Amino acid sequence: MRRLVFLVPLALFLGLAGWFAAALFSGRDPRELPSALIDKPAPDFDLPSLAEGRLSSQSLRGQVTVVNFFASWCAPCRVEHPILLRMARQEKIRVIGIAYKDRPEDSRRFLAELGDPFLTTGIDRDGRTGIDFGLYGVPETYVIDKQGRIRKRIVGPVTPALLDRELLPLLRALERS
Amino acid sequence: MRFLLALFLFAAPAWAVLPDERLADPALEARARALSKELRCVVCHNESIDDSNATLARDIRIVLRERLAAGDSDGQAKAYLVARYGDFVLLRPPVRADTYLLWFGPFALLALGGAVAFAAQRRRKPAAPAPLTPEEQARLAALLREEPK
Amino acid sequence: MFIELGHFALALALCLALVQSIVPLAGAARRLSGWMAVGRSAALGQFAMVALSFAALTHAYVTSDFSVSNVVENSHSAKPMLYKISGVWGNHEGSMLLWVLILSLCGASVAVFGSNLPRELRARVLAVQGMVASGFLLFILATSNPFTRVIPAPADGHGLNPVLQDPGLAFHPPFLYLGYVGSSVAFAFAVAALIEGRVDAAWARWVRPWALVSWCALTVGIALGSWWAYYTLGWGGWWFWDPVENASLLPWLSGTALIHSAIVVERRDTMKSWTILLALLTFGLALVGTFLVRSGVLSSVHAFAVDPARGVFILVLLIIAIGGSFTLYAWRAPAMQGGGLFAPISREGALVLNNLLLATATGTVLLGTLYPLFMDAFGLKISVGPPFYNRTFLPLMTPLLVAMAVGPLLAWKRGDLTAALQRLWMAFGFALLVVLVGLYLSGFHAVLAILGLGLSAWIAAGVLAEWGERIRLFRLPLHDSWRRAAGLPRAAYGMSLAHFGMAVLVAGVSASAFEQERIESLRPGDHIDIAGYTLTLREVRRVPGPNYVADEAVIEVKRGGAVIDEMHPQRRTFTVQRQTTALTAIRTGLSADLYLALGEGDAQAGWVVRAWHKPIVSWIWLGALVMALGGVVSLTDRRWRVGVAARKPAAPTSIQSAAAE
Repeated sequence: MRRLVFLVPLALFLGLAGWFAAALFSGRDPRELPSALIDKPAPDFDLPSLAEGRLSSQSLRGQVTVVNFFASWCAPCRVEHPILLRMARQEKIRVIGIAYKDRPEDSRRFLAELGDPFLTTGIDRDGRTGIDFGLYGVPETYVIDKQGRIRKRIVGPVTPALLDRELLPLLRALERS
Repeated sequence: MRFLLALFLFAAPAWAVLPDERLADPALEARARALSKELRCVVCHNESIDDSNATLARDIRIVLRERLAAGDSDGQAKAYLVARYGDFVLLRPPVRADTYLLWFGPFALLALGGAVAFAAQRRRKPAAPAPLTPEEQARLAALLREEPK
Repeated sequence: MFIELGHFALALALCLALVQSIVPLAGAARRLSGWMAVGRSAALGQFAMVALSFAALTHAYVTSDFSVSNVVENSHSAKPMLYKISGVWGNHEGSMLLWVLILSLCGASVAVFGSNLPRELRARVLAVQGMVASGFLLFILATSNPFTRVIPAPADGHGLNPVLQDPGLAFHPPFLYLGYVGSSVAFAFAVAALIEGRVDAAWARWVRPWALVSWCALTVGIALGSWWAYYTLGWGGWWFWDPVENASLLPWLSGTALIHSAIVVERRDTMKSWTILLALLTFGLALVGTFLVRSGVLSSVHAFAVDPARGVFILVLLIIAIGGSFTLYAWRAPAMQGGGLFAPISREGALVLNNLLLATATGTVLLGTLYPLFMDAFGLKISVGPPFYNRTFLPLMTPLLVAMAVGPLLAWKRGDLTAALQRLWMAFGFALLVVLVGLYLSGFHAVLAILGLGLSAWIAAGVLAEWGERIRLFRLPLHDSWRRAAGLPRAAYGMSLAHFGMAVLVAGVSASAFEQERIESLRPGDHIDIAGYTLTLREVRRVPGPNYVADEAVIEVKRGGAVIDEMHPQRRTFTVQRQTTALTAIRTGLSADLYLALGEGDAQAGWVVRAWHKPIVSWIWLGALVMALGGVVSLTDRRWRVGVAARKPAAPTSIQSAAAE
């Protein structure tokens, strides 16, 4: 009995080491930041649009949509842009842009220069819609299902691998449902 | 986290709590300050939004003040942010079934340690003669003699 | 050329470390003195090789040899010499090399100063040191080699992060590492004792100086880091309960417990297995501290995945070092019977309480640091910040601080609490006075902070009371008291100083509740009034720097109508990194710091100026330094020298002095 007490430190340490090992070999994507809004309805918003008219959360209903927060001042957004173009033009996915804390003329120039993948682009000048989405920074991408619920959030640029391996299968599945 | 920091570097620099953010009502402002010390700047490395100069922290400070000015209680204002950013935004984790170990662990540890110390104290018996050779005893005695009482 | 030599020396050091881990251990088991003696030469040789290797890397930095990729990534030819040198350990690979350098220095010191240790004990200690060194040398060579060349060599380096170019940060790591690595000696002694199966007063006497050296260095290292954060980060915070800070606090807490419990082993021959456990734990936590922070695991489990090879290697090292020693502990420690009996109210009892509270505090900080990672494994993200520690760590520290004044007044074996408290009535009166005056002056605000100040007064007065007791102040004629004071062992003064330093620190921490803050937009000519000072913004001028442009505010400081100073907070924009940093302006004083930081702005809208008045904030670092000084004074006690360097012919046959070798 008394000897067991002396085993406690070892047992605690092995538990800790085992857990570290599990974390190490779990192979989870280090960039995954689970959103507090997963499987919850996307927040309501009603933003002026870059073209004309407005972009509101109502327009998300009924169709699977990808919402991308971007800004002209954000370097990773440039890196990500070709992927968004591919999504919209080749994969025929509905992509909506939200220009986060960006001057509309800068956003326009950005899209004119790199190509415009967005069906509509909302202007979130004060970043309030970003906060409603629980945004960490730009770029950030949300997948919204037909019922208007957030199904996935990607923090940072969408990479080709991420698109092929995770995003496209998810989008196809959502479209079929 | 390094990734988050990288994101943060792309944000334009601002400063923690700027004059233009403050509320006119000092009592409300004091509440806002106290609350912001318990809210994490989610894109920073372990900083509260009160300390942080990240733009997002500033935005959240402003939102927080708007909520308080609109009549939210402290709890409601926190809940508003938790709904968007999750429990991650709280520097003081909520007391829940999955955080009992965190919150009560220290005191359980103290009680456990106290019990072990108590048991050890009760078990302590007069020492068996120290298994020292006479030479060692002599040397030890020599060492201890050096020591003034 | 030097670089290849450094690389080769490192490989050679690994060979020597392997020899050092095996031969003396086998020698001790078979009582072969020749084999045991190998440990000494191997330890010295290993140190020489690692030093050569470190010198080679330093040479590459000093001469800006950009054919070395480590230099390219972390240095720049235009950097001041101080930061070229500190750049050596300002990165993962170089800091590991510094780590191993200090480790081999410790091994060499045991080899040199341990000449009066029993032969077997010394051989085993050196062997364990060799094992630890082998692990880390292998780690460097396999995953973190600083000697990789780049071909072709670029014209210049990438430079060091501007935030890190700071004298406080240049010296912070060496102290911290000495603290971490120094605890490996106590660890090696503990493992050796477990192998031998015995711990006695002599063992404790040999271990304590090493534990103290490590504790002092760690104290200074933590204080330096905290002071750096205070003056750099621009809002005057000095402790954030950040995982990185916690990682250094953990071995400090358990190391503090260790230097106290080792006294009990030395004086009363009891609490042996607990002391051994603390020695193992302190080094274990130091390992967790260095490596998990370095690899970024403490901020996110995912950082492991960033470089899986390093992560796996670190984990294996931890399992061998901590798991191995804990296994040995579970096997051998139960046989270590405690000797001395004592009543619950006694010096031993007080030290048990000290250890109980410090160990619980260690556990609390560990829990708070690891819990978010633990939750992360289940896909839940939580944050554990200062509000958690204020509600758990501080309540645990309070009884410890209260008992700190009483413990030293209790006698060994059986103490008289009433008598001890009677001797403290003046201290209690003083503390009460501080609390009442504080409450009155503050209008019954910030009660907790005032109780903290009272606690500080209690400890400080308690230290004086204990000293007065030892020298029978006012009870013997003054010159007799003086003789007693002069005759007190240095260790006694060391303890008094360290405890007094704690009192100073507690006062500084408590007083932070009384800081004042003003944040205003100022145009030239506008002023802020704070704590009796009038701060007037005269102008904001543009100052060019070597690799940055700064906006510098000229702020006139007036007190009582007279201009007493001019302060110049800056806001620096580093052109290459597109990074803005604040250079704060601080008027440091014993009674208060005036702290200014300059924010954004322009001539029309005004400049944001943040001003703080922080009463006795400098006492925090002053207190930490006094604590470390207490440790150093204690180390100069002649009893250690008796224990460490005695070459008296008294050495009996079974504890053969190795001095003759």
